[in-house]
Amino acid sequence: MTTHRTRHRSDVWPALLFLLPAGFGFVLFYAWPAVQTFYLSFTDYSLLAAPNWIGAQNYRDALGDARFGNALLVTVEYVVINIGVQTVAALFIAVLMHRLTKSSLVRGLLLLPYLIANVVVALVWYNMLDAQLGIVNAVLSWVGIDPVAFFGETSTAIPTIALVNVWRHMGYTALLIFAGLQAIPKSVYEAAAIDGASEWRIFRGVTLPLLRPVLAMVLVLTVIGSFQIFDTVAVTTKGGPVDATRVIYFYLYEKAFQQFDFGYAAALSVVLFLILAGLAVAQLRLLRAGSSDLD
Amino acid sequence: MTSTPIGPRWRKALGWTVLAVLVLITLFPFYWMLRVSLSDNRVLAANADSLLPAGFTLGAFERVLGLASLEEARAQGGSGASIDFWRYLLNSVLTATLITAGQVLFSSMAAYAFARLRWPGRDAVFFVFLTALMIPPIFTALPNFVLMRDLELLNTYAAIVLPFFFMTPFAVFFMRQFLLGISREVEEAARIDGAGHPRIFFRIVLPMSRAPLATLALLAYITAWNEYFWPLLVGQGEGVRVLTVALGVFRSQTPQGSPDWAGLMAATLLAALPVIALFVAFGRRIVDSIQFSGIK
Repeated sequence: MTTHRTRHRSDVWPALLFLLPAGFGFVLFYAWPAVQTFYLSFTDYSLLAAPNWIGAQNYRDALGDARFGNALLVTVEYVVINIGVQTVAALFIAVLMHRLTKSSLVRGLLLLPYLIANVVVALVWYNMLDAQLGIVNAVLSWVGIDPVAFFGETSTAIPTIALVNVWRHMGYTALLIFAGLQAIPKSVYEAAAIDGASEWRIFRGVTLPLLRPVLAMVLVLTVIGSFQIFDTVAVTTKGGPVDATRVIYFYLYEKAFQQFDFGYAAALSVVLFLILAGLAVAQLRLLRAGSSDLD
Repeated sequence: MTSTPIGPRWRKALGWTVLAVLVLITLFPFYWMLRVSLSDNRVLAANADSLLPAGFTLGAFERVLGLASLEEARAQGGSGASIDFWRYLLNSVLTATLITAGQVLFSSMAAYAFARLRWPGRDAVFFVFLTALMIPPIFTALPNFVLMRDLELLNTYAAIVLPFFFMTPFAVFFMRQFLLGISREVEEAARIDGAGHPRIFFRIVLPMSRAPLATLALLAYITAWNEYFWPLLVGQGEGVRVLTVALGVFRSQTPQGSPDWAGLMAATLLAALPVIALFVAFGRRIVDSIQFSGIK
């Protein structure tokens, strides 16, 4: 017992030493800036003069800011399409892999797009979806469809960007779900097979309910990520045509780094943070992430 | 087993076909980068529906890598602006390497304190570290930008590297998970021999953690390589511009009328190549790590 006690006491100093670099980084680049953003959101700050306290004015401005409203709307549209298609596709791929193969080659190939930079992915699809010389429009013309300016029309720009990012993320999401599928005991499936249940009924009755906790975690992660869409917009449409793709992150970026309205941008990022936190809590509640039907 | 309308063998064949189509959709854009980059801009539009390079030429790569003269480049439909590809490549390699080295070392040290040492308040502090996972990067970006400006570090490597150099919540979490699992006995033995914590960490724990360290380094490197937002804010200057930012600039420089598609795709492919190479070499390790962090 005495040796235990001396060890407890002696670990405090080494612990401080080992935590020093990471703790320094955490305080300087995460914790303190987070506090500062909160403070800046109550100020008028243009980078040139010191921040000037103006109370909740930025938040009041945000309420009346039609372009911010539009940014929210456009972002939600993006997230709904992106997450909707991506989750269904990933679920489908995961179940398919689970039934067919354990090959890490297949899993690896499907993961590859996720490892490639957003910027690269955006540029390749920008070429493939080009109205004049894109291969996708060439294929569409073979079946008699007129060329579509995917990135250039207000109605198609957001769905296009959402689907490009589905391409990048579906393999990754499928892998997360696949890991969850592997945790479901084989015996459950064997019982269902003896009952002669169809593939679809097994999926609805067995797989989906048992997968719920994993799906909840995956949804929380992907929705939060999806809300932060920026790179693809920044290198392709830059918010256009008109305001069709001016998503929150891009609007915020413009406010801060092109118009140097740091106080207002800080207020918008507080709002974004609150939305994300609220969504995460709501999703976890709704999907009862903590409990599985296996328990 | 034959209660379903299609037999199991056909079902399997159908499943494999669908999977093959999905793999094809996944890989096609990579081929397309290569196809366009090996094409001649002047005949690209006329051959939009050809799956092979239009007017095969290595001109785009020569242009991007600075091997062609300005007149040659212009004649092939390249923009007059020179792309200092080697410079941007060096910047990307340098910043990604520095970020990886610092992040892996310092996050492992923190993970050691969280997993192997006993001190009051340990779990509470770890929880605070983890909350940083929830903070969207833009929430800290504005003050961090101001900090870099005040330190007069804008357009330096330091500005690009520093916020990722000391830790990421994910790296600490990832290493802690592994360190929690190793047996205490080896450590105890070293203890009895009179080894202190730094010695135990560097001589015993780190060598034992070679596999997760390699995985973490791989993930950190790829993430740093792909980072766009932060270097866009603090590293626009030619001297420190990284590849992702350079590609964005290259794309906006191309005039709307006749973009230098071949050049742009050549640069894009070259920028993705290191990650593709890492994937070919260590794909399995990356796949396994994602399953691991996915389960939690």
